[in-house]
Amino acid sequence: MRRIAKLATNPVAIALVASLALAGCASKKTPNSAADLGLGGAGAATPGSAQDFTVNVGDRIFFDTDSTSIRADAQGILARQAQWLNKYSQYAIVVEGHADERGTREYNLALGARRAAATRDYLVGRGVAANRIRTISYGKERPVAVCDDISCWSQNRRAVTTLGGAGS
Amino acid sequence: MKHLLKSIMLMGALAAGMSAVATLPARALVEINVNKGTVEPLPIAITDFLSGDGIGAEISSIVAADLKRSGLFAPIDKGAFIEKISNPDASPRFEDWKVINAQALVTGRVTQEADGRLRAQFRLWDTFAGQQLVGEQFFSSKANSRRVAHIIADAIYERLTGEKGYFDTRIAFVDESGAKTQRKRRLAIMDQDGANVRYLSDGRSIAMTPRFSPSRQEITYMSYESGQPQVYLLQIETGQRELVGNFPGMTFAPRFSPDGQRVIMSLLRDDGNSNIFSMDLRSRTTTRLTNSSAIDTSPSYSPDGSKIVFTSDRGGRPQIYVMGADGSGQTRISFGEGTYSTPVWSPRGDLIAFTKQSGGQFQIGVMKTDGSGERILTSGFQQEGPTWAPNGRVLMFFREAAGSGGPRLYSIDLTGRNEQAIPTANFASDPAWSPLLE
Repeated sequence: MRRIAKLATNPVAIALVASLALAGCASKKTPNSAADLGLGGAGAATPGSAQDFTVNVGDRIFFDTDSTSIRADAQGILARQAQWLNKYSQYAIVVEGHADERGTREYNLALGARRAAATRDYLVGRGVAANRIRTISYGKERPVAVCDDISCWSQNRRAVTTLGGAGS
Repeated sequence: MKHLLKSIMLMGALAAGMSAVATLPARALVEINVNKGTVEPLPIAITDFLSGDGIGAEISSIVAADLKRSGLFAPIDKGAFIEKISNPDASPRFEDWKVINAQALVTGRVTQEADGRLRAQFRLWDTFAGQQLVGEQFFSSKANSRRVAHIIADAIYERLTGEKGYFDTRIAFVDESGAKTQRKRRLAIMDQDGANVRYLSDGRSIAMTPRFSPSRQEITYMSYESGQPQVYLLQIETGQRELVGNFPGMTFAPRFSPDGQRVIMSLLRDDGNSNIFSMDLRSRTTTRLTNSSAIDTSPSYSPDGSKIVFTSDRGGRPQIYVMGADGSGQTRISFGEGTYSTPVWSPRGDLIAFTKQSGGQFQIGVMKTDGSGERILTSGFQQEGPTWAPNGRVLMFFREAAGSGGPRLYSIDLTGRNEQAIPTANFASDPAWSPLLE
């Protein structure tokens, strides 16, 4: 899902990805709308708004199977997140950790927690005050992509940075 | 549950020239052997219990369904019966039952007492020995007629196999409804055969991993209701809930100790790893049992309370470990290919059930408590979370077939050959088998 992560800076491209997802897997997948992904609608977001963060910075990073390491492509996103969060310091932050469904429920809760902590630690390392950040794990209970193969699992292994405690 | 427990009384063997159960030679007609190549279910004739209305036939059909699902009994089609039982207190014509190969025969009667209670009497006969094996009666309110049937099925199972039954039990589980991305997860409870479903939480927040107290009508579970996932206790009958402990972070994966006095669970550390703690429910003191920079979770006590089996990825990937109840001597016991999680100690103490992931499949299996003798009972796309029947002979778990949209509950016996779907209205997961009801 590197693709979505990169394209997330461009609202037009996001809409394109969403429509491709619709066409490509109507029969077996629940397509992700831009809204499902928390990307908001196209258009200019007010700088410093939650929409600005989600659309122009990118609110989520993805992980490899069973891994809690911050990938190279995720480091760029988290660096941008930290920069933005340091600029708009009025926001409390909740980092949600998620796992794919290819694990057992309790272990995946712990895995999601470890992903959230790794993401938090990276942001703190980039200057975001630790006391602004709360973490929560949803394990495999809140997938964004629903299908029975790796195309979905890779989207579900994620950490989502949310502002003001709003859920994703 | 208490009011109900008191209303059912075991009256012992019936009079009228019948031998008491205890004086009969203990000849098990059914041998439970988990290593046997094939298990031939015992042909058994279960007649409609006599009653003025349909209640007698209803109770005997529940008895027959319980015994059939165990895989150890083959109830004979009532259409094949020759003798019509008109007096269940008199000896049946054994020849009539032998001729249709009924090894055992169940007769009974249900009447209503002056106070409105049901009186259910039944007799179990060994047709080839030509003698009664069990004769008992129970009283209950009409609303509890299903329980009476399960108790009778347990009595038959116990007399014919020599092992305790598991039919008068309940299952706590998670009822799942709605789209997968916004799935509603509610705690629910039902009889082991899927009847009498009752909801224990409203579904406004995610609730999961319910586990029964071994000694009280109480479950421990994890819920997001405070915003942070935390472990709670719930009194099943009153609905009263309380938080377990006052921990700063997420608590999860709870289970009771065998004496019901402690809850053991995982606590998230600030560094993102998880360790195992126990909490004494009376003194409220907590004890740290593991301290690794790893995920330690899914702890489960041995039935004597001396040991704990758990999952840890301290070796890189999730594997099964055993330690003393005080955290001493932590030792890895799973060494097969793949990863292992959700270990659960058998109530008999002899085996550990687990979920294994290997070759892209999820498997439910059992191993001895030292990790040897691994046997896979079922393999599939996605299945996990075994829970033991109180007699340690049957496991229940949840399975999601590829493309099915959600999980369902299944039971499987230790031979791996008798698998049964448990009917639920919605998708269902996280089954937890209760002890035998009292």
